[in-house]
Amino acid sequence: MSDIRARVHEILAEQAMVDVADISDDQVPADLGIDSMGVVEAIFALEEAFDIEIPFNANEPQASDLDLSRVGSIVAAVERLVASQHS
Amino acid sequence: MRRVVITGAGTINALGANVPATMDSMREGRCAIGPLDLPDLDRLSIRIGAQVRDYDPASKFGRQQLALYDRYTQFAMIAAAEAMAQSDPALSDAEAERAGVVLGTSGGGLKTQDENYRAVFEAKKNRVHPFTVPKLMNSAAASHLSMKWGLRGPSFTVSTACASSNHAIAQAVQIIRAGLADVMLTGGSDAMLCFGGVKAWEGLRVMSSDTCRPFCATRSGMVQGEGAGIFVLETLDRARARGADILAEVAGSAMTSDAADIVVPAQDGAERAMAGALRNAGAGLGEIGYINAHGTATTANDRTESAAIRKVFGSHADDLPVSSTKSMHGHCIGATGSIELLACIMALRDGLIAPTVNWRERDPDCPIDLVTNITRERRVTSCLSNAFAFGGQNAVLALRAV
Repeated sequence: MSDIRARVHEILAEQAMVDVADISDDQVPADLGIDSMGVVEAIFALEEAFDIEIPFNANEPQASDLDLSRVGSIVAAVERLVASQHS
Repeated sequence: MRRVVITGAGTINALGANVPATMDSMREGRCAIGPLDLPDLDRLSIRIGAQVRDYDPASKFGRQQLALYDRYTQFAMIAAAEAMAQSDPALSDAEAERAGVVLGTSGGGLKTQDENYRAVFEAKKNRVHPFTVPKLMNSAAASHLSMKWGLRGPSFTVSTACASSNHAIAQAVQIIRAGLADVMLTGGSDAMLCFGGVKAWEGLRVMSSDTCRPFCATRSGMVQGEGAGIFVLETLDRARARGADILAEVAGSAMTSDAADIVVPAQDGAERAMAGALRNAGAGLGEIGYINAHGTATTANDRTESAAIRKVFGSHADDLPVSSTKSMHGHCIGATGSIELLACIMALRDGLIAPTVNWRERDPDCPIDLVTNITRERRVTSCLSNAFAFGGQNAVLALRAV
């Protein structure tokens, strides 16, 4: 597992209050018990952990080209933002 | 029961420096949202707001006052001066003991806190101004209002986030109804457009970075404003006896709690607040000719509020104009209900319903009779003003033409 994937899994596990071993890329945040405010909190944690800016407005979650629908897509989004913002 | 009426109104907000200018702007559907003028703007991702512009505190207040008046206190004093001049309650010494203040504010002296934290943490100063505490306290403005006009009855601050004004006004009405006072100065004031204030809101990810479009399918969130709205309330009997110009009656109010979530609104709490205000005012569904909505332009508020209006008013909602003036003056947080009350007074007095500006596209999840972009003419004899705060603290006022 990539370092970024492992760290994203850790952050989402902490937010969902579940064991990191129970997190997998095909899971949907809501199914982990992460509600809309939980998503906002997790985004903050990801920004802090990776020193990135994640464009996200809770009123129009679809407006940014950010796919937060599954754990795997969040990992991909973070990888892309780390690559573009730390280049 | 003692009936309570409004005999004076005052404001300062981004739409205008007084009530006539604000009502002109509301009638014209002017949006006062624009680029923020703040220090360190480049460190903010939200850079728009409805700021009070061309404002020079030194032209309004003396040196000693400025040492004690945070921006929110300044706004409250300016608005109260206008309201008191209009009402001219002519309080005798004995009457002044039965007159007080209930002010709503959320941030209180936030700008003073922001500046002083900056001084000690960023500039590493080891000394702050001796009046930092009396300037920043949330009760400072209420105290200064009582001092300035010699109001020696009950006075205090009410703080329920975005519903502070409505809770304050409802409380002032209850104080008069209960016979604890005969005249009350009430409303709200907030000045949270400082770096720390905007930064905190930014964190919640509910702020728009373009503009405020309540109840619109393309809404992108809330935009913060600032200002104050202050009213003189007194008993109907007193107002009539002295021949005062009565702006409107505060016919009823209701306060409810969602008891559910610290940020997400619940439909049930909003419904009970509206229905409760109608009952308290003795008003039938068909009598209400306008609702000034809370209408923050967040998805959570707008859908919940629309559904609540539908539920309470049923088929009456088909022909019940609703607007959110936050689209023009921004969300003035603890002052917002008091500024929105001016739109209610305009509807009752002038038959003009202020529009929801910036609106583009109908949202099927907001099935209400929304007044969009252009002022609507309609005779209104009673109306509601909604305020639904974070934490599920709701307060709705029912106003009636006298």
